[in-house]
Amino acid sequence: MMPVYLDNNATTPLDARVLEAMLPWLQGAHGNASSVHQAGRYARAALDTARQQVAELVNAHPSQVIFTSGGTEANNMIIKGTAAYYSAGTVAVSAIEHASVLTAADSLKRWGWQVQSLTVDADGIVCRPLALAADARLVSVMMANNETGVLQPVTEIAEQVRQLGALMHTDASQAAGKMPVDFRASGAHFMTLSAHKFYGPQGIGAVIMDKAQELQPLLHGGGQEKGLRGGTENIAAIVGFGCAAALAKAELVERTAHCQQLRQALEAQLQQISGVQILAETAPRLANTVMMTVQGFRGETVLMGLDRKGIAASSGSACHSEHVEPSHVLLAMGITPDAALSAIRISLGKQNTVADVDQLVAALTQLIAGVPQVALAS
Amino acid sequence: MAEVEGIYLDNNATTMVDPAIVQEMLPYFTEQFGNPSSMHNFGNKVGLAVKKARKQVQDLLGAEFDSEIIFTSCGTESDSTAILSALKAQPERKEIITTVVEHPAILSLCEYLEKEGYKIHKLHVDEKGRLDLEEYEELLDEKVAIVSVMWANNETGTIFPVEKMAEMANAKGVMFHTDAVQAVGKIPIDLKNSKIDMLSLSGHKLHAPKGIGVLYLRRGVRFRPLLRGGHQERGRRAGTENAASIVALGKATELAGEHMPFENTTVKAMRDRLEQGILAAVPNCFVTGDTENRLPNTANIAFEYIEGEAILMLLNKMGIAASSGSACTSGSLEPSHVMRAMGIPYTAAHGTIRFSFSRYNTMEEVEKVIEAVPPIVAKLRKLSPYWGENGPVAEPEKAFAPVYA
Repeated sequence: MMPVYLDNNATTPLDARVLEAMLPWLQGAHGNASSVHQAGRYARAALDTARQQVAELVNAHPSQVIFTSGGTEANNMIIKGTAAYYSAGTVAVSAIEHASVLTAADSLKRWGWQVQSLTVDADGIVCRPLALAADARLVSVMMANNETGVLQPVTEIAEQVRQLGALMHTDASQAAGKMPVDFRASGAHFMTLSAHKFYGPQGIGAVIMDKAQELQPLLHGGGQEKGLRGGTENIAAIVGFGCAAALAKAELVERTAHCQQLRQALEAQLQQISGVQILAETAPRLANTVMMTVQGFRGETVLMGLDRKGIAASSGSACHSEHVEPSHVLLAMGITPDAALSAIRISLGKQNTVADVDQLVAALTQLIAGVPQVALAS
Repeated sequence: MAEVEGIYLDNNATTMVDPAIVQEMLPYFTEQFGNPSSMHNFGNKVGLAVKKARKQVQDLLGAEFDSEIIFTSCGTESDSTAILSALKAQPERKEIITTVVEHPAILSLCEYLEKEGYKIHKLHVDEKGRLDLEEYEELLDEKVAIVSVMWANNETGTIFPVEKMAEMANAKGVMFHTDAVQAVGKIPIDLKNSKIDMLSLSGHKLHAPKGIGVLYLRRGVRFRPLLRGGHQERGRRAGTENAASIVALGKATELAGEHMPFENTTVKAMRDRLEQGILAAVPNCFVTGDTENRLPNTANIAFEYIEGEAILMLLNKMGIAASSGSACTSGSLEPSHVMRAMGIPYTAAHGTIRFSFSRYNTMEEVEKVIEAVPPIVAKLRKLSPYWGENGPVAEPEKAFAPVYA
């Protein structure tokens, strides 16, 4: 039986075409992009191409792209790096942000900042209009939630934020590559991207920024990324990021339709299983994400059971899996702690098939019905 | 993309990824792609590979515990994390001791911190790039949050007595960090028998890919993370683990340990032959740094009265890659801060070239470089206002003096 990977919001398998683009940079041309010799110049050209590709995925200008080591670094850089330019005030973050946004915002408290948590409704959508503190300097609302897949009205929020003269950040780590993302149209001043969420390599991400804004570097160093991010350019990963971005842009419609189709098939079957409830079912969501609660079960137990059957899913954000606590996202939506602890996230990818979905449904049905765990026919 | 052929002598800037290391990485790009923080089997296997890599790094550094190894995205991140952590953990201490010849990762951070109100002491070096430990001793007191001194200099390869300096800091209750990105894998390191509290290393300086580094953090040292978010790296460095690169770094450290004797015999012999060959054939040039006490792979030669950038371009045309100062600052025509700190005269500091070797170089390549360099230097000196028919002009400082009628 082939293992079935349904945890694509945690990380995606690297696309074979992306790996192919990366390999020359791992195998041969070992230039430091900041060196003047020939090897270094090839690296510089490759870097420029990748920057263009990433910019095009989100309708930004290449000069607005700052490469980082990933989404977490980008979120930390934006939140701490904008705060450094202002006197202490309020940073407002939605209650459902990724841990890297929440903890980076919390870290500002030691500089005298207040952290305001923006509430969400029962579907997990940020409530509007925002009841922003008068001294709000920065607002951070993600484009799509990693656990529920629910899309946030970023453009509308950004408009309000701009009217108040504050800065807008949106973490688009889960959105990019899964839905159209338009930096210019979003109204955000800052955006976060992560390559490994759309078939690029781990260890690379980007800050997309309005260059009229000030941003204090998180990593000081040798002047790379126009002085905004020190450290020798991770050329192979950057090339992989660029390639993954170009592929995501070219195949977006196809990938979205594929996931949509699989999800419809999955949800139709899930609704037949008693005790399973799909969360935010009617809210606008990423095409690939299904978050559900399984009444009477602990999410961890179901996950282990699935894992024994070769199926990988998640109970929420992977970063938290060592701690069995109810998800902060679900609690913010008003779901009880007990129900939250029974949550399972299925996140589909372009490599998944109808057979994968069927295998999942069969395994879940068995687990929930308490059927002795015999191996499924393969 | 064209394949870059030629003689690569810029290994202190970055190294080729060892083919064995690429092989080691590949499965983690394709089959073993799970998020190591996930609970399922996909993630679990990756978690085990990360554990193995951590052990490999621990072995090369001689660290006491594998939990002292924190994976980061690069040496620069490790450096920033170390220094900012020391400041946040000891808010009452407002001073930093470092040196004038550190990497820009440290110096530009210190420059920023100076503006924020911290006092930065930069230890001076003598004409051979050596530190004065008496100057250091006098600065060590309870006002100092952290000492950050590189283990070996990237431009000259000069090795600093960091183990002794760490003991001195420890005796005064001051934290000690060393940027060891150039030293790791080239000279033996035994952290468990030292008083070093933190150490930075960078994968791409030892044949692992770019985008991966380590911060060594001695158990018990107070710490504040720079990247906050998920609970990766025991809450000390958030961000999805870069599994393929971590596995690569593990393998790279293992290979570096195996090749250390080779580095200090065969590689050193190539470096020594290059210096001896060039010095014998080219007048008015000399080796910079502490030749008695430096990395086995680094040669930094100052060619008087000509521009290093011009030498580099002509070497590049012949397929030879070297460097003039740190790659991070090449592009700028200022003589390197390291050369200025050693008091190398401007007429020589502008013409310094760094040749840095790896275990992939050959003696055959060395001989080719020895042949290539003298005609390049002769050609450039012909164009130099500082150079006459048979040697330097008598009063070079007058070469550009304006003449008033």
